[in-house]
Amino acid sequence: MKVKVDTSKCEAYGECVFAADDIFELDDDADVVTVLNDSPDEDRRDAAEQAAAACPVEAITIED
Amino acid sequence: MDRIVVVGAGLAGARAATQLRKDGFEGTLVIIGDEPHKPYTRPPLSKQLLAGEQTAEDVVIKVDGLEDGDFMLSTEAVGLDPEAKVVKVAGGDGVPYDGLVIATGRRAREAPDDGLTLRGLDDAQRLSEAVGEGTKVVIVGAGFIGCEVAATLTKRGAEVTLIDIADQPLTPLGPEAGERMAAIHREHGVDLRLGVEPGEIPEGDVVLYALGAVPNTEWLEGSGLELDDRGAVVTDACCFAAGHDDIVAAGDCAAWPHPHAAGDTISIEHWTHASDMGRAAAKNLLAGRDAATPFTAVPTFWSDQYDVNIKSAGFPHEADSREVVHDEDGALVIEGHREGNLVGAIVLNKNRSWLDYRRQLTQSLPE
Repeated sequence: MKVKVDTSKCEAYGECVFAADDIFELDDDADVVTVLNDSPDEDRRDAAEQAAAACPVEAITIED
Repeated sequence: MDRIVVVGAGLAGARAATQLRKDGFEGTLVIIGDEPHKPYTRPPLSKQLLAGEQTAEDVVIKVDGLEDGDFMLSTEAVGLDPEAKVVKVAGGDGVPYDGLVIATGRRAREAPDDGLTLRGLDDAQRLSEAVGEGTKVVIVGAGFIGCEVAATLTKRGAEVTLIDIADQPLTPLGPEAGERMAAIHREHGVDLRLGVEPGEIPEGDVVLYALGAVPNTEWLEGSGLELDDRGAVVTDACCFAAGHDDIVAAGDCAAWPHPHAAGDTISIEHWTHASDMGRAAAKNLLAGRDAATPFTAVPTFWSDQYDVNIKSAGFPHEADSREVVHDEDGALVIEGHREGNLVGAIVLNKNRSWLDYRRQLTQSLPE
């Protein structure tokens, strides 16, 4: 799967980091999230989908 | 199940409906909403949309897997017959179901006389149009909505008076964060009046009442479903309405048991909870009670006022003792403990700390 973040929407809520800290990272000083791994293994699908659902600004898309 | 009905087209309802399709439900799905709008997200209504930075199009919630025809909008649920498995709607035939998701949320407590309230998109647009440069705005209630609107309208050049009967704004945050935010509002020019007498409302061009929200559950009276003493639908740990295997509830309208909460059940009126509980309720409805998973997410919320980002995790307002563990350069971290255990944390401008507390609270959940 491919994980994409629309950084123009990202407001550093950090929900994605909580859901999947192997896929997303957010520093204290950062304005937007960093994608650590944009092609996670299939066993991370639940975590990636939780991240997408938990993002208050719907900045994350999961593509197959 | 061939037919699932979701009553409520807000965030919890939208998340439940999309989760049902994701989890493979191929039957008929009906989403009933009393507003004319398809699901939209509310937090920007007191911030970006009110500030004129976003429009109605920007707040639409993604509803992948749902068709326009799945929605019955501008439709009010007025009753429920759980034996006949029918949702009664105003001015129309009953809507039958095999499975039911209750997600009717909350509405703003009513304003006396001509006062405005802010709950939905139409309210936000009305408020926005009423305010211009120099408009005298009186906001009654210094909770999250009151404070966010005060910040947004101050930035738009309004003259804001913000009043509350409490001696601090944002009471659930406790006195330390409350005092900090009171100072910040005043620094930005808000006339913040605390400890005011109830009913003493100053004059203004626009008066907004922000006095909390009440659950939209009157339609369930007489249905036999258990409502708590504040009107919320009581569910078990798996989101099932007490005593029902084919009815789940999620979001603002529900009260559910959490292992960290002080009482039997608690209502959480925050965004992440509605999103998470909507998904959990849908999964559990399809899985069936015997295979259901308890919903134990640690509650969180955020509030943005001026350049302050407030976040919380857990149940800080249930603490019997609080401690300021960090206070530097505008960043403030307060821990709340009950009977010696960490039950919550409030963080201003320190995202990393908030993530750490959230993890800690999640890890300390009972097995």
